[in-house]
Amino acid sequence: MALPEVFARLRAEKRAALIIYVTAGDPSLAATVEIVCALAEAGADLVELGIPYSDPLADGPIIQAAGQRALRAGTTVAGVLEAARQIRERVPLPLVVMTCYNPILQFGPERFAQRAAQVGIAGVLISDLPPEEAEEWCETAARHGLETIFLVAPTTEPARTELAVSRTTGFVYVVSRPGTTGIREDLPPDLADLVSRLRALTHKPLAVGFGISTPEQAATIARLADGVIVGSAVVRLIGEKGAGDELLPAVTAFTRRLAAATHQPR
Amino acid sequence: MTEPVRGRWGRFGGQYVPETLMAVLRELEEAYERYKADPDFLAEFEYYLRQYVGRPSPLYRADRLSERVGCTVYLKREDLNHTGAHKINNCIGQALLAKRMGKTRLIAETGAGQHGVATATVAALFGLTGVVYMGEEDIRRQELNCYRMQLLGTQVIPVTSGSRTLKDAINEAIRDWMTNVENTFYLFGTVCGPYPYPLIVRDFQAVIGRESRAQCLEQEGRLPTHLFACVGGGSNAMGLFYPFLEDEGVELHGVEAGGLGLATGKHAAPLHAGTFGILHGAAQYMMQDGDGQVLETHSVSAGLDYPGVGPEHCFLRDTGRAHYHVATDQEALEAFQVLSRLEGIVPALESAHAVAVVLRMAGEFPPDAIVIINLSGRGDKDVMEVRRLLEAQSQPLEVAP
Repeated sequence: MALPEVFARLRAEKRAALIIYVTAGDPSLAATVEIVCALAEAGADLVELGIPYSDPLADGPIIQAAGQRALRAGTTVAGVLEAARQIRERVPLPLVVMTCYNPILQFGPERFAQRAAQVGIAGVLISDLPPEEAEEWCETAARHGLETIFLVAPTTEPARTELAVSRTTGFVYVVSRPGTTGIREDLPPDLADLVSRLRALTHKPLAVGFGISTPEQAATIARLADGVIVGSAVVRLIGEKGAGDELLPAVTAFTRRLAAATHQPR
Repeated sequence: MTEPVRGRWGRFGGQYVPETLMAVLRELEEAYERYKADPDFLAEFEYYLRQYVGRPSPLYRADRLSERVGCTVYLKREDLNHTGAHKINNCIGQALLAKRMGKTRLIAETGAGQHGVATATVAALFGLTGVVYMGEEDIRRQELNCYRMQLLGTQVIPVTSGSRTLKDAINEAIRDWMTNVENTFYLFGTVCGPYPYPLIVRDFQAVIGRESRAQCLEQEGRLPTHLFACVGGGSNAMGLFYPFLEDEGVELHGVEAGGLGLATGKHAAPLHAGTFGILHGAAQYMMQDGDGQVLETHSVSAGLDYPGVGPEHCFLRDTGRAHYHVATDQEALEAFQVLSRLEGIVPALESAHAVAVVLRMAGEFPPDAIVIINLSGRGDKDVMEVRRLLEAQSQPLEVAP
């Protein structure tokens, strides 16, 4: 299912989407396949598969460490695409790839888009490719039927917000606060303003991420936006449980709590 | 000739950064466009360069080195600047910019510690808060500079992520900047990073080339024929080269760190052995594997130990305007000693790479050539490391009776 349809269905049901980020290859690609299938069963509406990169500027310590573990385990771009194919064979969950631009550039943007579309990936988010640098990428993605996802931060000026929204075909990724990914105690006070300013500008789905780690925070965001993105909290859990037997039950239990909070009807 | 178009020199440069930083890069670009031609700003920059840094730095004719090389060789004495390297030129400029932008907190990365010390110095000078990120491995190699920064009132934050060297210090500084965009100015130390940094750093360092050009005309009555400078990120080389770009008769030579030799893979020579990619916000040649993961580099000099190189250098290489060489750790160590004994000048290990290539080319220059080597820094910081390396090679110094 294409991303806009996923959000349209959820909108009709008057509820928000739960989007979970995991670093692919941590602790192994085989484990990632199992984890993502468990996420789907536990109520995630969409999963972002992170392709690990050695120098991820936007990531805080938790996701950096997961990326390092994944790289040490031998994770490659081709390996992540293959894992995505295996996941899609087992569950109908929509998948998005999140990464930095350099791994895609070295793989070849054309070849990457073609392979990603082939294995059933719905969209791609490149965290260090601002819309100004993304003209070619947008054309490549469109040619292969991949959705594009751009970020809007609290610091993004109005003219640039319009550009980011116009280049987005999947959903707008609303960065909740300045800074890197990670776990934070509170939600920023001006978040509701940011979301409503964006809402006035576009009907495209808005999903909020960066610093959302508890069911309570997820519930708050679900009342504001079309999607709630949780990354570091799940990645930390995976890091703590490693390849042990507790991994899947723990991830499933946590995701169920997040899903229950996110899916409360509005 | 090489002014960037929309933030790029050819296909190099650009702004590949997380969204949160785009607005602050805009802000920086606008401030720089406004002040770079502002007479008050330039007068203040000039004042501090003269009265505080000690500029102009001499263009010294090194007669004994010239005899060895077979033509006239000059040393541009950036080692005589306050804080002992060229880094201070850029730090004065950016700190003045930060003040005008109302920023109260300066952050920076450092490898060898020279840029960190220069940042700590301007933070003290202008009453700003200083925070410097330094890899744990580099702190070990450059303990003295680490303590110097603390003496100057700057907080040094050890970086334990990744390879614990310069590239990781840059990652952490960028993450700090993303988190504290409101009050924080990132004082970037070299001609890399997202646009406009490669332009700003080059322009503030171009004083090196402007002075060299005027001094050579005054002392020799003509322009030099060859310029040599070491290239890590490439700020001292860009500063020297830039004012000579239109002078077709002036050859530009950059020297990368050859480490243990290109064939070993243990080096920091992306212009020789790197491939096109994105690092720290800019498209450039860089050391990476086939999957786009950044590779660890090696050089005897922490200041050259970096997997990327400035976009303008990449462009000058591809257009053929500048030529690039490598000098190995061993050649740099030898040049370090040769210059010390021939001229009484102990160069930074970084600068010794440039000296090494001129020594290697001895006899190949026309007798009427005029060579300028940018002596980008002094070697005090490297003395203990050189001693350790030479003694490990069982090469104790010969001591005169």
